[in-house]
Amino acid sequence: MSMALPKTRFKGKTITLSHGAGGKVMHDLIAEIFVAGFDSPELTLLEDQARFDLNELTKLGNRLAMTTDSYVVDPLFFPGGDIGKLAVTGTVNDLAVGGAIPLYLTCSMIIEEGFAIDDLQCIVASMKATADVAGVRIVTGDTKVVPRGAADKLFINTAGVGVIAGNSNIQANRATAGDVVIINGYIGDHGAAIVDARGELALEISVETDCQPLNDLIQKMLAVCPDIHCMRDATRGGLATVLNEFAASSGVAIQLEQTKIPVREEVRGVCEVLGLDPLYLANEGKLVAIVAAEDADALIELMQNHPAGKYSCVIGTIEADPQAKVILETGFGGNRIIDMLVGEQLPRIC
Amino acid sequence: MKFVDEFRDTEKATILTKAIHKIAKNLEPKLTKPLQIMEFCGGHTHTIFRYGIEQMLPDNIEMVHGPGCPVCVLPMGRVDDCVSLAENPDVIFTTFGDAMRVPGSKKSLLQAKADGADIRMTYSPMDALNLARKNPNKEVIFFGLGFETTMPSSAFTVLQAEREGITNFSLFCNHITTVPTIKAVLDSPDMQLDGFLAPGHVAMVIGERPFDFIALDYHKSIVITGFEPLDILQSLWMVLQQIEQDRSVVENQYKRIVQPNGNTPALEAISQVFEIREFFEWRGLGSIDHSGVRMKEAYANFDAEKKFAVPNLKIADPKSCQCGEVVKGVIKPWDCKIFGSKCNPEFPMGALMVSSEGACAAYFNNGYHEKKRA
Repeated sequence: MSMALPKTRFKGKTITLSHGAGGKVMHDLIAEIFVAGFDSPELTLLEDQARFDLNELTKLGNRLAMTTDSYVVDPLFFPGGDIGKLAVTGTVNDLAVGGAIPLYLTCSMIIEEGFAIDDLQCIVASMKATADVAGVRIVTGDTKVVPRGAADKLFINTAGVGVIAGNSNIQANRATAGDVVIINGYIGDHGAAIVDARGELALEISVETDCQPLNDLIQKMLAVCPDIHCMRDATRGGLATVLNEFAASSGVAIQLEQTKIPVREEVRGVCEVLGLDPLYLANEGKLVAIVAAEDADALIELMQNHPAGKYSCVIGTIEADPQAKVILETGFGGNRIIDMLVGEQLPRIC
Repeated sequence: MKFVDEFRDTEKATILTKAIHKIAKNLEPKLTKPLQIMEFCGGHTHTIFRYGIEQMLPDNIEMVHGPGCPVCVLPMGRVDDCVSLAENPDVIFTTFGDAMRVPGSKKSLLQAKADGADIRMTYSPMDALNLARKNPNKEVIFFGLGFETTMPSSAFTVLQAEREGITNFSLFCNHITTVPTIKAVLDSPDMQLDGFLAPGHVAMVIGERPFDFIALDYHKSIVITGFEPLDILQSLWMVLQQIEQDRSVVENQYKRIVQPNGNTPALEAISQVFEIREFFEWRGLGSIDHSGVRMKEAYANFDAEKKFAVPNLKIADPKSCQCGEVVKGVIKPWDCKIFGSKCNPEFPMGALMVSSEGACAAYFNNGYHEKKRA
């Protein structure tokens, strides 16, 4: 790993079952790796729960938001990120797309016996760095060690709490005819980076994951346009899945223009070789928003001036019919319906 | 993207579409039914749907989506054989990805994997051979599937294994042949086809001549076709020109890849390793004479059918399936009694609903399930 490891008094090179047994060895692991690594005042108290001052929370907004997600990515380290960065970003973004200001995260780790301490430290450092960027704190956690083979190296679960301010009302059922669809940049980077990192194909590409917290961008978007109708981050299942969710919940048609959807050349290349469709590839730093057409110009201008939205653009419009359908104008003169995937995308034979 | 975007150019598409409409208009007075052009290959079906090509065509031209999707035409009994091989604890079973979801009579390979069988998705038989090198205590079986397109890579892998003296690699050979299958479609009494787009990648291996019989004996227009959307439009225009001029010859639109005599080293490897089976069972089409290959006796040591007891049971297609009629263009997918209801991509009953290249799955996924069922 290229990241410089923080100095630690922790002894040993690999995780053993005793690191999860509740005794002194486990306490050392928690103190030296997690408490020192995450470095938050709540965690340092070592209570069984984190406590928050309600008065402080109500100063920020009028609703609490809560979410949870588990991270099981393989490999753990990939171009532009790692499971730790993903575990913070994913949960932060799930809060942020609802209009919430993310504040606190939990972190549960399920570690396979034999896992390298250096790797664990790297991942914890990456979580801390990402949490700092997103302005959130990791305030409580849990560690379990399972026998070899009972888990694949490391699984992380993070839950997050945030506060929603003002009267924003972002919901999947609020898309109406005349609205436009906005995305904050290139799609499919994360999915392509993971395929590349698995190394099964010896592809000569240099796509990095797009993994990035979106909360700062989204708060600025809400300042310009408080009435964002729908917003989600397009993670597993990609852009196509999120748009199908919006179309079904709102009972509208979403008309996309293929030529406007930003896809990197390298990602298109990976998809061509493997018979995949970038519309279904995973992203970890992409939001899809549906807003009134008159709000679009101001939003796009703001987003393009933000580091998380440099390539933001309008990719489609909302129409009344056919209900619950996503239609792509292929850029070749035809149309095709973009449905939900039945299972996972499987590469075609020939 | 170089060598790809050139073949997806919208302006050229508009020119070709206009030319196609013009010929179709000229032909209209002579027609008693819409012209039916079959694209044999599942790869073509995929492109046609992906680019919305059907909507660009005039009403009197109908695309018939042929049986050339090797995953779709895999009979249930063969999937059962795969599952049985894969469930052997000493076996690592390797397969192309899209064969994973094809239903057997009891389960698919995807379900067998979930139940504990060691099944791995590979992109090439050479990857399977690599697994055999790394796992000398396991037998690595590669599920050889596909037409002449994928046959050479299976043959070369067997030859490579022989050269290296690898004894724990074998092929479960389910390769199928194009020509007898097209012949079976043409010989069918309810066939109404007017022309063909011939499979470009098969032709890349076998060359142009094996398709001559379609023009000479059956007097159908046929164009060997590439896989980009402009390839399809240009080939359709070429087929229509033949029909207008009352010609039937084999023309090659895919000259950038297909040589008139095909690929000699590939053909040599095929004939070294494989021989024609008397018949092969197809999902949706029944048994077709000479439509599959098996491994020659000299390669019995690499033949999973010889090394293992394969059940080889014949499982009949569900009675309600009308895949055969759809494949021949006799009915449209949505005319089938169970299309979209009992048979859908999540729970496919018929062959054509199995892979995204299958005609019914393509129609279903593109939202045609509400169309024209009235």
